[in-house]
Amino acid sequence: MEAIASAHEAHHDHGDSHAHDHHSLSFVRKYIFSNDHKVIAKQFMTTTLFFFMVGGLAALLVRWQIAFPGEPVPFLGSLLPEAWGGSTGAIQPGFYSQLMTMHGAIMLFLVIIPMVNGMIGNFCIPLMIGTDDMALPTLNMFSFWLNIPAAMLLMGGFVLESGMATAGWTAYPPLSAIQGAGQTMWIVGLFLVGFASIMGGINYIATVLNKRAKGMSMFRMPMTIWALFITAVLITLGTPVLASALVMLFFDNFLHTSFFIPTNLLATSALDGTNHWSGGGQPLLFQHLFWFYSHPAVYIMILPSMGVVSDVMATFARKPIFGYKAMIFAIMGIGFLGFIVWGHHMFQSGMSPLLGTTFVLSTIVIAVPSAIKIFNWLGTLWGGSIRYTAAMMCAVAFVSMFIIGGLSGIFMASAAVDIYIHDTYFIVAHFHYVLFGASIFGVFSAIYYWFPKMYGKMLNEGWGRMHVIWSFIFFNLTFFPMHIIGVGGHMRRIADPTVYDFLKPFQGMNAFITWSAIGLGFTQFILLFNIIWNLNYGKKAPRNPWRSNTLEWAAPPHPGHGNFDTDITVYRGPYEYSHENRESDYWPQWVPPTEEEIEAEKLNPSHAH
Amino acid sequence: MSLALDLRHEPVSGIPHGKMVMWAFLASEIMFFSGFFGAFTVLRNANIDIFMEGTTHLNVAMATINTVFLITSSLTMALSILNLEKKNTKMFQVFMGITILCAFGFLVVKYFEYSAKFEHHLLPSKSIFFAFYFMMTGFHAAHVIGGIIPMVWMFLRSFTKKGYTNHVRVEILGLYWHFVDLVWIFLFPALYLLFPGAHHGGH
Repeated sequence: MEAIASAHEAHHDHGDSHAHDHHSLSFVRKYIFSNDHKVIAKQFMTTTLFFFMVGGLAALLVRWQIAFPGEPVPFLGSLLPEAWGGSTGAIQPGFYSQLMTMHGAIMLFLVIIPMVNGMIGNFCIPLMIGTDDMALPTLNMFSFWLNIPAAMLLMGGFVLESGMATAGWTAYPPLSAIQGAGQTMWIVGLFLVGFASIMGGINYIATVLNKRAKGMSMFRMPMTIWALFITAVLITLGTPVLASALVMLFFDNFLHTSFFIPTNLLATSALDGTNHWSGGGQPLLFQHLFWFYSHPAVYIMILPSMGVVSDVMATFARKPIFGYKAMIFAIMGIGFLGFIVWGHHMFQSGMSPLLGTTFVLSTIVIAVPSAIKIFNWLGTLWGGSIRYTAAMMCAVAFVSMFIIGGLSGIFMASAAVDIYIHDTYFIVAHFHYVLFGASIFGVFSAIYYWFPKMYGKMLNEGWGRMHVIWSFIFFNLTFFPMHIIGVGGHMRRIADPTVYDFLKPFQGMNAFITWSAIGLGFTQFILLFNIIWNLNYGKKAPRNPWRSNTLEWAAPPHPGHGNFDTDITVYRGPYEYSHENRESDYWPQWVPPTEEEIEAEKLNPSHAH
Repeated sequence: MSLALDLRHEPVSGIPHGKMVMWAFLASEIMFFSGFFGAFTVLRNANIDIFMEGTTHLNVAMATINTVFLITSSLTMALSILNLEKKNTKMFQVFMGITILCAFGFLVVKYFEYSAKFEHHLLPSKSIFFAFYFMMTGFHAAHVIGGIIPMVWMFLRSFTKKGYTNHVRVEILGLYWHFVDLVWIFLFPALYLLFPGAHHGGH
């Protein structure tokens, strides 16, 4: 196999120099304003990893204040201006709210969504369906570059004296409607992030429907592509509703309309001191519009990771994915149900109990497709010859963390329990299990799995495993205790728990959580170091290092613009591992069957076809 | 580095890429305006008196003229596509020209409508009705401007030596333009005509 790989390499090098004569792009067109989906994916990777650090730092500052209220922040305390750090460098309540808001907003809108869609989606879709680029490559480029001004606006309050947005990532009015310039910029920034994500989503839909290689029918597509496709549909239909809610919120905030301001609210706008509101609006309306997007957004954040994990598991268990079509229909089911459950975020906001009951039912029904996926992943692992590479470890971590996050979700789905645990750390624990424990581990898995294709270099497996194991340990040490203090009544979003007598006994646990969180934060530097070191000194990657079936591995390592150097025809589904009619334990989608294999198939037809 | 192989082929679905993206984008746009219309429905029911009073300030005659402008422009847009497909450049220019004129006509009327409101201090912050009026018509007008720009570009290109022959692009723009028209068809009755005439007449 090595010989084949190096032969391809030589061929590829030749093609490379050949192409340079005809077709050389300027530095700017090649690396900055590039149309190439792989370069755009790398740009997404760089920016999201950067924002991952920014959002993580905000989280650690928040944790420091909760565990050690009023104590100066180590190292950074002396750098904080008076308004944020007081005279001692301890986090002030106003600054705490800003940090908490920005942590949520950055992690959701600038890290996870662009990671799973921008990075994984851009890199995988054209390669895995066997085409040269997206349907509209220039639109794809804009969908990245719009993120940059959007992110600057979202965090724009950083340079203002009045500070950043403080209304939480959910930005509930009336609070968000009467806040100052930081919040106004946050709203505009988020609107632009949403627009960028729609531009990406509509492009993905067209690419999957229109640009599949010869023989690549919809039901021969890998799970990653199916998940990204359904996600793109969710983005296309969900994000604009958030956009319309943000427009109304912007009008309230900036032009002092009253879409979300009730009659007779006595409030002064921090933006310009106005206290005249016509009234007649409904704050609850915003919550309905917001969650109509933001619940599907939960699935926007996790479905691509589910797809990645399915592909990684099949590859490293050397078995076909268990229940391929069931997995696809489960994703579709989750996508559809995701649009009719938004009310479960609002049980405590004032809702008819009858309506609440319907939302309870629709929410609990989501457990069915989720369980189908869980059992199918377990079925894939069952009896497989598993190789625990870093990518596979991430995938296993994904499934186990998704089970815990999913089970705690059932608590919240039933209104009776939710009324008790609403807005406590139990919720915080739940969504971190789903978003970090599942989505982010899925992203790590994708990085470990596709890095050799992305950069043509192997990552260090040992460091990779270290990173995954320690992330897993610190992650659980950080977030598992939050279930306990949550059930004990510890509220979210409070700057100083020690002002409540009944929370004082939790202070030791809070300190433990904070130290674990710091550990979790520092563990991520292993990943960063692994990437940076191996970009320069890494071992050159062969064409198909994991002996995988899907089309991206037919392309040369670190493919150039155009992706493939051979004609791509697809002969079979993506999960033909350990096929009984074949000697080798994998059967790539692009390899034509030999005479003997066709004969064997006739004699002993496999159920997979 | 670039590879010599060309993997581009005909779209699998038979629908050109740009058109497919435009259909997906329009689905997205429908959801965007649905957010507005949903909020409009909820808050109109909650503030029916304010909405009834607000409607009386609007100029139905101007809005009717605008409706005629937009419907005409949708027709001429379709005719311009048809003529470009038949490579009939002259008629393409005529119909595209009329479309652009109608679109500008719409904006001019809108300008007079808005300035009349401003003169009477009917601003978005005046009442929940005017908040909806300015937001919804404002976003619609922004969509009209978004349509005019590529229209003018195509129109001017057709006069150059190379001419303009890409009828698929005009068709894609046409899809968008019909959508903008359709939004107005919903906005016009919702804001101007949903007027409780019978209710008032009864008093």
